[in-house]
Amino acid sequence: MAKDVAVIGVGQSSFVRGYPGSIRELAFEAFKEAALDAGITQKDIGASVFCSAPEYDKQRSPAGVLAEYLGLIPQPTFYVETVCSSSSTGVKVAYSMIKAGLHDMVAVVGFQKMSEITSAESQERMGRGADIQWEAPFGTMMPAYYALYARAYMAKNGLTHEDLMGVRLKSASYGTVNERAVYRKGVKAEDFDATNPDAKMAGPVAWPLRVGDACANADGSSCIILANAEKAKAFTKKPVWIMGIGAASEAVNMAARPDFSKGLSVGYAAAAEAYKMAGITSKDIKVAEVHDCFTIAEIMAYEGLGFAKMGEGKELIRAKETYKEGKIPVNVDGGLLSKGHPIGATGGSQMRTIVLQLRDEAGPMQVPNNPDIGLVHNVGGVGLYGSVTIFGR
Amino acid sequence: MGFEKFGRRSFTAMTKTAKFVDLLAEGKINGTVCKKCGAKFFPPRADCSSCFSAEMDWFEMPTKGKLETFTTAYYAPFGFEADPPYTMGVVNFGDIKLFARLAKDIPIDDIVAGMDVSIRTLTYDDGQLSFEIIKA
Repeated sequence: MAKDVAVIGVGQSSFVRGYPGSIRELAFEAFKEAALDAGITQKDIGASVFCSAPEYDKQRSPAGVLAEYLGLIPQPTFYVETVCSSSSTGVKVAYSMIKAGLHDMVAVVGFQKMSEITSAESQERMGRGADIQWEAPFGTMMPAYYALYARAYMAKNGLTHEDLMGVRLKSASYGTVNERAVYRKGVKAEDFDATNPDAKMAGPVAWPLRVGDACANADGSSCIILANAEKAKAFTKKPVWIMGIGAASEAVNMAARPDFSKGLSVGYAAAAEAYKMAGITSKDIKVAEVHDCFTIAEIMAYEGLGFAKMGEGKELIRAKETYKEGKIPVNVDGGLLSKGHPIGATGGSQMRTIVLQLRDEAGPMQVPNNPDIGLVHNVGGVGLYGSVTIFGR
Repeated sequence: MGFEKFGRRSFTAMTKTAKFVDLLAEGKINGTVCKKCGAKFFPPRADCSSCFSAEMDWFEMPTKGKLETFTTAYYAPFGFEADPPYTMGVVNFGDIKLFARLAKDIPIDDIVAGMDVSIRTLTYDDGQLSFEIIKA
């Protein structure tokens, strides 16, 4: 394994419904935690990469503004966007800069404050991460797009609403112990019972997806500090190395998607590239964070990542193999379904979880048996972008 | 006609494929086909990504297809609040696909993946032009 670029510090704000501060202050929370974690100061950092989905930011060109607030000037700063996978893409950019020898240490800060606009406005803006010329005029939104996949996938592969609920129950069981998660109340099967008038999760959003199948919007920030081998060894006893990075993109319009029953093509493509670079297979992964903006997305991710054969992802959730004690623990920090989904901060939050797991510092969410290799799968839009990053001790 | 006339609510005023909307007004749903290499596109494109040609012809979309997948939206984004529930789907014509809403007059319970469908143009009360999926 190439020990060229390591994560030496991770940070994340609490993910909340309405953050009582500005985007500068929100970003500072994650950066402060990561800098303290790495034991570095701003002068050690050669460059910064800020990541968000710009339609929520009233601030034009936020990278410079946030770099100043975080104390990261006069070093260069960059802004990266791939909707919901922005901070994973930011890590790829930072990795590239370090590998190229341009900088020794780079901070990747993801952030999103979604609460300043209404939920309907937010849905519309999120929908603009799809095709605004040819699809948004029909009144599309993210749940509807994922529902197109869910419908075709369920029909072909025998996946049931019960299985989708299983994903949510698993995630919620860990969300209750994640003090940074927005949704910590826990979810029971009764919450999905449509005959129960109090069942909050049962209502249809975009059929076949229900309220309980969808994650919540949240405000939040994340920070990943990357360094070359020399700096990593100088600053930390617990470097977590980047073993592989894969990324892919796909046609935005649903009319150009090959087969809805097979899941998102970017998941397969990004995973194949990341595994090849890392020189490992899916069997080597001990813990994973996958992009579960909707329950169906987690099932499709199992297959794209090779944890299950195509069409057989449901077997993993039925057998509880993706629980902490299972064959391949997935989203044991509660996933986006529990943590919430502050778009630009999401990938960095997933990476923080995996880094803590590999350092044996994940507290009540820690996977047993000292996991040595972990994976992050982060999707932008409805598989418009896909990113897979593999980490190792 | 400008592209702001397209759909329940358009987000794009100008495109080189705005003639699509004029064709809708004539009752036609067209894609584009490259004059040089024959590549076919729906939604229509002004530029061929296969051979870089900007020489495009319009062609009428097929009328017999199968509904590949669909969803019924019970909530709508900002600006579409009056519409739910509405159903959207993807039609597979074999060599080309199309995304649109399904006609309101099809009962939701009658919609199944794989069903034979067709397409037709549609004019909303406010004059907006679109197209929709109907039962074959």
